[in-house]
Amino acid sequence: MNIMTDTQSLTPESTAHVRIENVSKVFHGGRKGDVEALRPVSLDIKRGEFVSILGPSGCGKSTLLMLLSGLLGPSAGNIRIDGKKVDGPNSDLGIVFQQDVLLEWRGALDNVLLQAEIRGADMKEAEAKARSLLSMVSLTGFEDAYPRELSGGMRQRVSICRALLHEPPLLLMDEPFGALDAMTRDQLQIDLMKLCAERDMTVFFITHSIPEAVFLSDRVVVMTPRPGRIEDIVEIDLPRPRRLAMREDPKFTSYVRSLTETFKTLGVFREEY
Amino acid sequence: MTSVPDHSPRIRNDIFRRIGAIVPPALWTLLLLVIFWQAIVTLRNIPEYILPAPSQIAGEIGNYWHRLLPNALVTLSEIALGYSLAVLIAVPLAVSIVYSQVMQRAVYPLIVLSQTVPKVAVAPLLLTWFGYGMTPKIVIVIMMSFFPIVINSVMGLRATTPEMLYLARSMGANGWQVFWKFRLPKALPSVFAGLRLATVLSVIGAIIAEFIGADKGLGYLILIAGANFDIARQFAAIILITVIGMSFFGIISWLERRLIPWQEQPQLDGKG
Repeated sequence: MNIMTDTQSLTPESTAHVRIENVSKVFHGGRKGDVEALRPVSLDIKRGEFVSILGPSGCGKSTLLMLLSGLLGPSAGNIRIDGKKVDGPNSDLGIVFQQDVLLEWRGALDNVLLQAEIRGADMKEAEAKARSLLSMVSLTGFEDAYPRELSGGMRQRVSICRALLHEPPLLLMDEPFGALDAMTRDQLQIDLMKLCAERDMTVFFITHSIPEAVFLSDRVVVMTPRPGRIEDIVEIDLPRPRRLAMREDPKFTSYVRSLTETFKTLGVFREEY
Repeated sequence: MTSVPDHSPRIRNDIFRRIGAIVPPALWTLLLLVIFWQAIVTLRNIPEYILPAPSQIAGEIGNYWHRLLPNALVTLSEIALGYSLAVLIAVPLAVSIVYSQVMQRAVYPLIVLSQTVPKVAVAPLLLTWFGYGMTPKIVIVIMMSFFPIVINSVMGLRATTPEMLYLARSMGANGWQVFWKFRLPKALPSVFAGLRLATVLSVIGAIIAEFIGADKGLGYLILIAGANFDIARQFAAIILITVIGMSFFGIISWLERRLIPWQEQPQLDGKG
């Protein structure tokens, strides 16, 4: 009980789903000696919130994601998910990487079902769910197609379905649309928001695209160049469901403009030439 | 939907195309070469003890079949046994090299280095140790075919990307699942590249072993026929060895296509 009250006194928002406390990461013994990837970072994420981490390449965004998944341990600080400290690979989540990481020997459906197979879930139930997920992202008819027979956008959709099959409370996405062409990217952003609207899922979304972060998020976390730390957190007050046309909305463009200014002051953009 | 009044030329074309689809162009080239060979030997009257015509070789295979077949079976079993044992040793060894630091650092470099030892040079030694029977032949076949299987299997098992392993761990996969559901299927194409290469080497191994010391087998027949200047008989044995080698290669390639249906197959006739 004491511990409970203690935690609560620390937490202004006791509803925090993910709580990152003074987490830093130093990689030891590289060729250039120790590399400080992440300065101490603190962040609370509410349940069901869509949070984007926005920053230039090499600012430690991916490191932060790896720390959240428990695949890496922090050099200092704590990560708690629902009050429980993360201290090993956390399997109560879904991950989507920039590369789709589909297994080339499995068809689309079987790739989604991998999630259930590894977890030893009921396969009949899982298959019905996988089929409905695939149909939600317009992949009906491609269930048996091998990854090499699918386009990049289709493959990434399969990998999103795979990450959602077990209804994780937390979805981690590491620049999932970074390798796609602009039009496919637009569609996948819509698809992702559609999937999120249907479930009470927290999304931790890493990107280096300012408009993408504004378009998708409830909050945008701005990170500085390496060693990364949080420079600013911007609430995005735009109604949902969001539509592509909203990107011309003055409110939308003003978010984009102010974020661009922030990166300018951080020296990420230099406009003189 | 336009109607074609005269069908005959189209049908003829179709038949030719169908034959073309069944018989790959390379076989036509081979046939042409054989005809050319036959023509040269016949027209220029080249004596059989220098270069027999394909027809003479075919005749030799027919007449000599009662001796060719049992010897071919001996060579075939040396190859089959040696190759199977090589696979049984090489694949688990590759797994242990990929999973164990000790094996990787203390044993793997030696396996690679050992490849600089010419197998032919070791063969007489094996004869001394294992005698005249099938054992030294099988050992040489193993030595020849084992290496490409190990190397390619190790490469394949290492082809698993870090992201795949992250994904596996985020799903809570145990080591067993990582091996069977990620590493092994990912390795299969590379393993089969090694298996295919090993078929060719195992045939070479068996023949070399029979050259060094044997009293049966196709390699032995070639030596005897050579000593008697029986060129046609030598060709007959060579053709049988080739047939064995090709069939073996074909079986492994067929197995590969069955087991790795997700891969686009490299075609022998050069069509992507």
